[in-house]
Amino acid sequence: MMSSSQHAGGLLRLITCGSVDDGKSTLIGRLLHDSKAIHDDQLEAVRKTTAARGGIGGAGSASGAGQEVDLALLTDGLRAEREQGITIDVAYRYFATPVRKFILADTPGHVQYTRNMVTGASTADVAVILIDARQGVVEQTRRHACIAVLLGVSHLIVCVNKMDLVDYSQARFEEIRDDFERFASTARPDGDTPVANRAQVRFFPISALKGDNVVERTDVMPWYTGPALLEFLEAVPDRDSRHSGSARFPVQYVIRPQSKDHHDYRGYAGQMAAGAFRIGDEVEVRPSGYRSRITRIHVGEEQLTECFAPQSVAIELADDIDISRGEMIVRADDVQPPREAREITATVVWMAPQPLVPGKRVTVQFAAKTVAAVVKEIAQRLDIQTLEQHDQVTQLGLNEIGRVVIKLAAPVAADGYAQCRGTGCCIIIDDQTNNTVGAGMIH
Amino acid sequence: MTTSAHPSANWTHLRSLEAESIHIIREVAAQFERPALLFSGGKDSIVMLHLARKAFWPAKLPFPIVHIDTGHNFPEVIQYRDDLVKEIGERLIVRTVDQAIAKGLVHEEPAVGGATPSRNLAQIPTLLDAIAEFRFDALFGGARRDEERARAKERIFSFRNDLGQWDPRNQRPELWNLYNGRIRRGTVAGDGGEHIRAFPLSNWTELDVWEYIVVEKIPVPSIYFSHQRDIVIRAERICPTSDFFPARAGERVERRTVRFRTVGDMTCTAGVESPASNPMEIIAETMACRTSERGARLDDTFSDAAMEDRKKEGYF
Repeated sequence: MMSSSQHAGGLLRLITCGSVDDGKSTLIGRLLHDSKAIHDDQLEAVRKTTAARGGIGGAGSASGAGQEVDLALLTDGLRAEREQGITIDVAYRYFATPVRKFILADTPGHVQYTRNMVTGASTADVAVILIDARQGVVEQTRRHACIAVLLGVSHLIVCVNKMDLVDYSQARFEEIRDDFERFASTARPDGDTPVANRAQVRFFPISALKGDNVVERTDVMPWYTGPALLEFLEAVPDRDSRHSGSARFPVQYVIRPQSKDHHDYRGYAGQMAAGAFRIGDEVEVRPSGYRSRITRIHVGEEQLTECFAPQSVAIELADDIDISRGEMIVRADDVQPPREAREITATVVWMAPQPLVPGKRVTVQFAAKTVAAVVKEIAQRLDIQTLEQHDQVTQLGLNEIGRVVIKLAAPVAADGYAQCRGTGCCIIIDDQTNNTVGAGMIH
Repeated sequence: MTTSAHPSANWTHLRSLEAESIHIIREVAAQFERPALLFSGGKDSIVMLHLARKAFWPAKLPFPIVHIDTGHNFPEVIQYRDDLVKEIGERLIVRTVDQAIAKGLVHEEPAVGGATPSRNLAQIPTLLDAIAEFRFDALFGGARRDEERARAKERIFSFRNDLGQWDPRNQRPELWNLYNGRIRRGTVAGDGGEHIRAFPLSNWTELDVWEYIVVEKIPVPSIYFSHQRDIVIRAERICPTSDFFPARAGERVERRTVRFRTVGDMTCTAGVESPASNPMEIIAETMACRTSERGARLDDTFSDAAMEDRKKEGYF
């Protein structure tokens, strides 16, 4: 019998990008079905709906249990999506192998749903990008790769799909691979670093429909000697293993029981964003500058000697100092402490129909810290169709990505997104509607 | 420097999920003035409560526990609830469908074929009335995204308008672990403001919940485990008979060895035949099982979008 301890590979979060035409739904359906994440009654419900609609419209289909099933119906959860036959929103799917658990964010491919892809990519370790072997690298491929690396995805897994339709041609696969590599070494989505320097890129020749190189290696492409896709996903490092580097602990909540048994207890609760702490570590609180020493670490009643990202813990300090939500505890001897500034420059993905313009007043939410702010300048805009940078910018429209300078009402301790994802990100909230209207990655 | 091995050899996917859930629960406590934790006595809400207690230990919970009671309960579940609340010393608020019926907020569905109808839908006005009464601004729910496809699209902080409704096509983008809890609050009791439903178990699967119950040694109500019970077979489902759900004329009451995969209104929760008598056996059975747990809920099978429609109206 399998028990939790056997998922030694932990939890991997991945995003799939692409459109139905690339065979994305077929690939997801294959992963879910072959790992038994789809139940019989769910498959039966989808089979009924497929039949009631007179069969399969798009290419997002696969045969399950001997009968044709439109697998896109499994992932498209909302009525509007099923009616229109497209994925609009992010859908989260779950599957597991004996080695690892997977959380898959299935996101739409169309340019008008870029914000949804950004949402899915924000928590992903790995992006699976599908290319139709007949079409090769297209505009959408490049856009998805750029967005994925902007959001800090560390592995790009390029699946050249529908190899069965190009006679499993090695030459065609290599042509597409070379084409993608050329793009990855030249495209600079943030204006600085090429795609290839921000993520590791791996290529897989697959047929999701036939199952070649998805769950198991195939013998129809003897020229390919690498692992099957799922085999690779089981072994690729996840974000939970990034416990090294500078310790970052944003204080989320202060626990003060004020009860008879715990009269003097004061615990700082939060989730380790990076690195590790041990009892006895000398720490500094940012931005207030207080210094103290860690005396206890616990998760519930369980006392620990150390904690590491991404644990949620409570920390007690030797000195009775006033620390509140939004401050950050770091190591006192940290050689690269977080920056504290009243002005930040961030790559912003704009998510509202009304464009972002300089002078707009907003609220910016960081890890556990929320401050009033004003947009000072939009310095650059990335054209997500052509991937060119434009310098003369007056506004950012829906789904556009640009470099924005934001002035904050109070200094906030933060890192560069490239150094630490958890303390280098922020969201922008519209004060009138309370909606989340932008996502920022700090430079 | 990066290493692929975690410093703790005991680190598992369950610890990742636990850490995420505790972060969500603390975030609600930090951002809201009047949160509450919805508790049904089912395994998901039991795990959620366990995580909440971990999040704030050694302090008490900074919010009450709320049970929206249909009155159609498995007695074992109510016993479990009352024992647990007494043991942990937390505050429990119960609001019942019967009270909502007495206030005229909702009426009993007409009886069909001699059986008491489900009060599943009647929970919606009961819940919304409790929200207005206590001016709750955030409610924890134990729903998981793997349960049902409308839930797969739901945010962890899910916005509800001042009528308690969900708009699935107009949800706030939710990035990283930054949860936007900004709402317009009601001003006085009864003048409903907007609120947030927070789902700390969003990324857990049924199997994860059972594995966590094993690892953390969390007690659950006895109906989850194999026992003898009177049932009838209706619409190919194993339905427990009770005062609320008597056998119809022509139906044969049988005594079978069953257990329940979900805890709900007794009139719409079907059982499965199973010898599984402890959490480890349930895990083994769940891994081999080819039917989803909501397959045992009659209320989900009415239409393709049954859950989406109920959620829009304010359902959990």
